[in-house]
Amino acid sequence: MGKTLAEKILSLKSHGEAKAGDVVIADVDLAFVQDTTGPLTIRQFKESGFEALAKPQQTIIFLDHAAPSPAQQLSNDHILLRRFAEETGCRIYEVGEGICHQLVAENFANPGDIIVGADSHTVTAGALGAFATGMGSSDVAVALALGKTWFRVPESFLIELSGVFPRGVYAKDLILYLIGQIGADGTNYKALEFGGKALAKMTMSQRLTIANMVVEAGAKVGLFPGDKITRDFLREYGRGDKYKPLSPDAGANYERVIPVNLDWLEPMLSLPHAVDNVRPVAPVKGIKIQQAFIGTCTNGRLEDLAVAAEILKGKKRHLGTRLLIAPASRQVLIRAIEKGYIQSLIEAGATILPPGCAACLGLHQGVLGDGEVCLSTANRNFKGRMGNPEAMIYLASPATAAASAIKGEITDPRDIM
Amino acid sequence: MTDLVLKGKAIKLWDNISTDDIIPGRFAHLRSNLPELAKHVLEDTTPEFASRVRDMSLHAGGEAILVAGKNLGLGSSREHAPLVIKMSGVGAILAKSAARIFFRNAINQGLPVLLCDTDKIGDGDELEINLTGGTIANLTSGITLSCSKMPPIMSAILKEGGLIPYIQKHKGFVITR
Repeated sequence: MGKTLAEKILSLKSHGEAKAGDVVIADVDLAFVQDTTGPLTIRQFKESGFEALAKPQQTIIFLDHAAPSPAQQLSNDHILLRRFAEETGCRIYEVGEGICHQLVAENFANPGDIIVGADSHTVTAGALGAFATGMGSSDVAVALALGKTWFRVPESFLIELSGVFPRGVYAKDLILYLIGQIGADGTNYKALEFGGKALAKMTMSQRLTIANMVVEAGAKVGLFPGDKITRDFLREYGRGDKYKPLSPDAGANYERVIPVNLDWLEPMLSLPHAVDNVRPVAPVKGIKIQQAFIGTCTNGRLEDLAVAAEILKGKKRHLGTRLLIAPASRQVLIRAIEKGYIQSLIEAGATILPPGCAACLGLHQGVLGDGEVCLSTANRNFKGRMGNPEAMIYLASPATAAASAIKGEITDPRDIM
Repeated sequence: MTDLVLKGKAIKLWDNISTDDIIPGRFAHLRSNLPELAKHVLEDTTPEFASRVRDMSLHAGGEAILVAGKNLGLGSSREHAPLVIKMSGVGAILAKSAARIFFRNAINQGLPVLLCDTDKIGDGDELEINLTGGTIANLTSGITLSCSKMPPIMSAILKEGGLIPYIQKHKGFVITR
C-alpha cells in the first residue's frame, strides 16, 4: 500500500516499514534548542550522565528569544549556552543572527530529513519536506546524545490546494482559515500534508508561513513535497546537492482530505485569545490598535517585508499606533535594506527591531500595556502571550498589519491597496 | 505485582489551557530558578491554584489531581509547563485530551497524564486512580472511568519516573510491541 509523506520519511529513517500508529526509533538529522528551552535541555543532558553529542555539527544552539537579553538571569542563561557550545563543539548562532526556524530553513533543512527542536514551531521546516517537530527539553537532550528519538507514526490529513491567492490574500490567510476549520486540537498527534495544483505557484516563503502554524491545529508536522520550488530554494542557499524529489505514493492512506480553493479566500483574522477563533477581517474591521507587529518565524521573511513596504511606502503610520518590524534573520534584513524596504518602512514611522523573536512571546521589545490591542503577524494570541494578560492580540497577514498601522484600526488591506 | 494506585482530590479546570496560561513567557528569566518559576503556576487565570494544591497535599491525606477539559497544554514546547505543575505538588493530571508536546513532556517528567471523560468529575471529588490498570474510581459519585491507553514506550518511561531515569536504566529506547 502507498505511503504518506510522514510514513515515507519515518520508514527511511527508522530503516523499516513505518505505518500510521506504529512506534519507531528514527535517526535525527538535526537537533536544536533556543535560549528559553536550552538551559533545561543542558540540565537534563547532564543529569542523564551524557557528556558528548552524537552529532556536534548537526546540533545547534540559537540565541533568539531574548536577544539581546533584557534581564540578568537571561544573560546568565546565554553564558551557560555559550559554555555548552564550547564544551561540546556544537554550533551556536549568536544574538542578532535571527530566529531559529528561519536559520534552519536558510541553512540546514532538506527534504526527507528528521529535525527535532526544543521549540513548538520547529514544524516550520516541513515546508522543505523535512519531518520537523517540536519537543520538550528532555526529549531533545536525549536526541542530542543518542542521535535518535522515538515517534508514533502519525495519521495524515491531506490539504489539497487549488486556485491562486486573490489580491490582498496571502499564505497567512490560508493557514488561519484552515486552523479555524480544523480547530486547535483537530489534528492533535497527526500530520498535515499539503498537495494539489496550487503548490506549483506557492513560494518557499509562503510554504514556511503555512508549515509554521500547523502546530496551532495540534499537528505534529506539516509536510510539503520536495519539488522544483524546493530545489530552487536549496540552490539559492548553496545546497542544491541536498535536493531530492519527495512526494506521497499514489494510494497513500489519508485520514481526511480537505480541498481548499484559494480563489475564494479572503483576508482572515484570529481573534483573542485563541488561534482557532478565526473570522474574515471585513466584519471585524474598525477595532483600534495601539501596536502593529510585523515579523516572527511566521511572517518575518523578505516577501513579508516587501508586502508591508509596498503598502506603507510614502504613507505614515497612524499617530496612535506603534509599528514594530523584526526581520526573521540577518540575511532577510540585509536583503530588505538592499531592496529599499527598510527605508520605506522607517520613513513610514516603523521601529526596526533586531533579527530575532522580538515582541512575539512577551519577553521584551514591545510588551503590551493594560487594555492595549496589538495586531501581530505572529502565530499565537493566547492570553498573556505578549507579556500582559490584560492585553488583546489579533493575528493577521503582513498586509493586514501594514494597512491597519496606517489607519490605526483593524483594516482590510484590499481597502487601501 | 500490585497495582500502582494514587488517591487524591480533584481541582477542576477547563478546556484549552495553554502553556502561556500555565507559565507565561514573561517569566522566562526565572527558567533557571525552577522553585521561583513554580510560584507563578497558572497565576494569570487561577491565582488560587498554587495555594489550593498546597492545602490539599498538606491536609487532605492524598494528592492534588489537576482535572482539565480538552486540549490541555496547547502551545509552546516549554517543558517547564508540566514541570511547574508537578513542582506545585500535583500528583496526576486527568484531561479529555492533551496537546501532543505537553503530553510527552509531562510523561518525561514522570507526571502521569490520563485521558478520560472528565465531565464525570467535579471540583473537589475524591478520586482513586489506578495507574497500572488505567481506571479512575470517583469515590464521590461512585462512577468508574476508563482511560485511553498510551503507547507501551510511554508507560515504560512513566514507570521509571520519567525519561531521564528511563534512559539511565536502558541506555537508549526499547520498543516493545
